Amino acid sequence: MNAPVRTIASPAARLLGTPSARRVVIAVLGLAALALTLASVAIGYAPFDVPAAFADLVAGRTTLPAMVLWELRVPRALLGGLVGFSLGLTGAAMQGYLRNPLADPGILGISSAAALGAVLVFYGGLAASLSLALPLGGIAGAGVAALLLNALAARGSSTLGLILAGVGLSSLAGALTALALNLSPNPYAALEIVFWLMGSLADRSLDHVVLCLPLMVIGWGLMLSIGSALDALTLGEDTAASLGVGLVSVRLRLVTGAALAVGSGVAVSGAIGFVGLVVPHLMRPLVGARPGAGLLPSGLAGAVLVLAADIGVRLLATRPELKLGVVTALVGAPFLIVLLLRNRGGRA
Amino acid sequence: MSLDLNDVRVTLDGRTILTDIDLVLERGRFAGLVGPNGAGKTTLLRVLAALVAPTQGHVTLEGQALSGMTRDARARRIAALFQGGGVGWPMTVREIVALGRLPHRRAFAGFSEADEAAVARAMARTDVGHLAGRTEPTLSSDERMRALLARALAVEAEWLLVDEPITALDPAHQLDVMALLRAASRDGTGVVAVLHDLALAARFCDRVGVLSGGRLVADGRPEEALTDALLAQVFGVTAERGEAADGTRYILPWARSGSNEETSDGAITPS
Repeated sequence: MNAPVRTIASPAARLLGTPSARRVVIAVLGLAALALTLASVAIGYAPFDVPAAFADLVAGRTTLPAMVLWELRVPRALLGGLVGFSLGLTGAAMQGYLRNPLADPGILGISSAAALGAVLVFYGGLAASLSLALPLGGIAGAGVAALLLNALAARGSSTLGLILAGVGLSSLAGALTALALNLSPNPYAALEIVFWLMGSLADRSLDHVVLCLPLMVIGWGLMLSIGSALDALTLGEDTAASLGVGLVSVRLRLVTGAALAVGSGVAVSGAIGFVGLVVPHLMRPLVGARPGAGLLPSGLAGAVLVLAADIGVRLLATRPELKLGVVTALVGAPFLIVLLLRNRGGRA
Repeated sequence: MSLDLNDVRVTLDGRTILTDIDLVLERGRFAGLVGPNGAGKTTLLRVLAALVAPTQGHVTLEGQALSGMTRDARARRIAALFQGGGVGWPMTVREIVALGRLPHRRAFAGFSEADEAAVARAMARTDVGHLAGRTEPTLSSDERMRALLARALAVEAEWLLVDEPITALDPAHQLDVMALLRAASRDGTGVVAVLHDLALAARFCDRVGVLSGGRLVADGRPEEALTDALLAQVFGVTAERGEAADGTRYILPWARSGSNEETSDGAITPS
């Protein structure tokens, strides 16, 4: 049974998926991410003279605009890019490793564990006494998750074992989060936790950036380093191993990288869904289906998407502000459905 | 110029999969591994690819222990194609074949001219050049198998291990793939293939190893190894033998042999 071969019409379409197309995509997305970071700094609720604030800041004058710029807008813009890059890259790495187009950064339970860590900090009342207690709790949760995953999956080298361990961990963390909400001493605390879980970049500080940036960069490095191993894994685990891929080392780098990048992302922003799931699907037609080729473009596209969504949240100006995670899910879910339907039609 | 197994035993989860395997494989030859399901054929191939470490005994490549070599060095010398590589993503045939060059590439290095040349050679040998831009889901079974074989050949290793390469193919393409594997062995590669088709194994292989219950029960030229007694005992079949028009001897599994006991689950009990 031969599927019909789709003929490619235009010369531009023929370039899709080639290395040169990939370079163009990376350059365009990189510039877009940069432009959106600047736009994110410029756009806010109050009318704001960005150049004047910037001049104050450079001159060392602690005016109100300078403080708003440095302590509110810059961290928010930077975190949007960092969290988005982490989600996109991790989503692409997970889909490549698990050879499953429905894998997302949360599939191994790292996001749920990070959320649980933060919720426990909320619950314990530590969040009020120390502003970084919340993200630190989230990072601790992700760290525990990574250790558990590596220990549970350590006996075999199969990806199936890792998925099963992840599903178990995810359910457990979800159940414990529900328990914390259930036992919450007052409804306001529960409400605060629920809102935090929806994901947002509002009112974050430079401390958050400083905390998560190094962890994320190490995580990105680990995941980008397994690109060619992910390519080889498309042939199956045995054949990949025969090509010199160290299966255990790849799994270790993926789990640790994802825990560092997504764990610290969830820790500072809450859960922002669908970005990591959708972005790799968006990149595949442009840069080709080879998993390694999709890593960097997916990271950049994730940054673009989260930055754009976070600008959108502020432009919509609803009261209360729409949570970023709600917006990405609202936009992402229908988009994914359309994408999957179209793919099915094309592949038959 | 040999790949040697010395007194190899493999035990997984307390079950003995292979035992007492002594085998000297030579380059430039096409060896077939046959045996009933569960006899340990694939495990033996995995031992040769160093994916499974023997519980006892050892495997040496030109006198050097396989376990003492680095993963990359091993990958450059022994290419393997196992089942279960559905690829999954719509990668192009060229991208798939290029994966064979991974063991030769240094970290962060690009694709060299030598790599390009090896990929082109491999695609020419398996006749997939015209499919270079096609994506995996659009390929037919034989096109996919030839693309995967090209990937394995692109490694340009001294050894080529293949697990059931012809199981999913129609007769014409089975002959193509077997001819291709034999041609690869004539170029100096040591080819080892796990096969189910005794007739094709006998026709194309220089040597056939028969596994049964984890033991190597016969090993030699096809007509020496696949005796009537062995076919009856190991496979439960009788075979027709003869000489083809071109003078080659053939062996054709023909009927279920053995007692009523062995065929009690089938409908074709000899009366």
